[in-house]
Amino acid sequence: MLAHEFMRNAFLAGTFVALACGLVGYFVVLRAEVFAGDALSHVAFTGALAAAAAGIDLRAGLFVVTIGVALGMGAAGSRARADDAVIGSFFAWVLGLGALFLSIFTTNSSGSSGQGTAGVRVLFGSIFGLSGSEARLAALLGALAIVLLLAIARPLLFSSVDVEVAEARGVRVKLLAIVFLGVLGLVAAEATQAVGALLLLGLLSAPAGAAHRLTASPYRGMAMSAALALASMWGGLTLSYFVPSLPPSTAIVSLAVTIYAAAMALGRRAQIPKLESIR
Amino acid sequence: MRISDLFQFHFMTNALIAGTLVAVTASSIGWFMVVRRQTFAGHTLSLVAFPGAAAAALAGAPVFVGYFVVCGAGALALAAVTGGGETRSISQESAAIGSVQAFALGLGFLFVSLYHGLLTGLNSLLFGTFLGITDAQVLTMLGISVAVLLVLGAIARPLLFASVDADVARASGVPVAALSTGFLLLLGLAVAATSQITGALLVFALLVTPAATAQLITARPALSLGLSVVIALAVTWLGLGIAYFSIYPVGFFVTSLSFGLYVLVRLVRR
Repeated sequence: MLAHEFMRNAFLAGTFVALACGLVGYFVVLRAEVFAGDALSHVAFTGALAAAAAGIDLRAGLFVVTIGVALGMGAAGSRARADDAVIGSFFAWVLGLGALFLSIFTTNSSGSSGQGTAGVRVLFGSIFGLSGSEARLAALLGALAIVLLLAIARPLLFSSVDVEVAEARGVRVKLLAIVFLGVLGLVAAEATQAVGALLLLGLLSAPAGAAHRLTASPYRGMAMSAALALASMWGGLTLSYFVPSLPPSTAIVSLAVTIYAAAMALGRRAQIPKLESIR
Repeated sequence: MRISDLFQFHFMTNALIAGTLVAVTASSIGWFMVVRRQTFAGHTLSLVAFPGAAAAALAGAPVFVGYFVVCGAGALALAAVTGGGETRSISQESAAIGSVQAFALGLGFLFVSLYHGLLTGLNSLLFGTFLGITDAQVLTMLGISVAVLLVLGAIARPLLFASVDADVARASGVPVAALSTGFLLLLGLAVAATSQITGALLVFALLVTPAATAQLITARPALSLGLSVVIALAVTWLGLGIAYFSIYPVGFFVTSLSFGLYVLVRLVRR
């Protein structure tokens, strides 16, 4: 299986995407911001289409727009987290913009090569279609997101678990929320261009949801979430290599959701980590 | 370029009627959705229509059967994973909804790749083909809108009570869990029915933005519900009118108008 170059690229990019999604996802779920992640993945879609419509580099448009919007969402939100009606209203507009750029893009490219292919590729990604340099870039950005997140992990945990106490102890709660959304934007942009928006949502929510049910210790939970995301990624890639009619994103997401369902069936209540366990 | 040009063509009349129906239905049910903070669930349900259509195409069944079965199943799945309004942990709820949505899209993608050839319809499913609505579809939408509004009207009072304060409502004998499941089911069916005709994007936009705007303006339930319907109607008519004279999609104009209004109200109220 690893003799094929496209599989090696898929595993390289997939490993870092999964680790980054698993880690960031732990906090996304803890802070109940999965909807923001979902919105950002669609922002990435619109950003890429905007770049395509303007005729500039897709990747530049995608990263600038996604990270910019993420920072804006953090700045516009309340101290702790953005309201879901706010995200939803903005999100609907972003989708509307996406429809506009798609129509500009398809008119400009004079109806060639099928209306939706660009849109479909951004939505669902094609992890088996990555070139060597694309895979290396995805891995690098994933690693960057992981480092950034680990650097703010302690104060972020603190302020996610108990905003008031964290603020009283001098943690810059608002700044952290903005930085965290920026990292989420980075991961969303990276994952969307490498593996598609669909995988991003599955890998953000399911492994982290399972980890929160399986342990209340925050550091163990972060490790477990990353490990489960990685297991889904490797398992899904292998599965879809041997079953050609099964698209890789479907296989990866299905594995992740199965793990989450199993964790739910174990019947443990999800616990919010205790403040003492953070130090 | 005159306003009367708008009514010159039959397809445009149909688009206006369908738009009116979607605006009234979506903004009414969306008002409750925003009060209940279930925007994420609403978005998920509006996307579940996609695997529904793909599954129906693959199985050779009529598309609307796929929509209803899958959206109904999606609503029940959401009700199950979010605990039907009982004891909800907000962080687990968001993880569960995200997982349901990702899984549904994953299945949809699988069906599309097994089926080959629905992909051309994917854009119209997501972004809508407002201008190709037939008379039969208008009648279907009329029936669905009336049914949804009747059910919503019948459960409106207890639903509002349960949404605003679940504990007090439960203590005074309101079946909170059943209402919660019933509401998701109603939302799922309404979204399924309308998104197959106008596209998921427009339905989602009309579900959330007018309601969010109206709730910023006034805290009185009846007034803000009415205002939400008025805003939805205004942006839909205006959006359709502008789109008629432009080459760009309806979805863009409707979402931009409603979001612009929302931002304006936020700035003024601050």
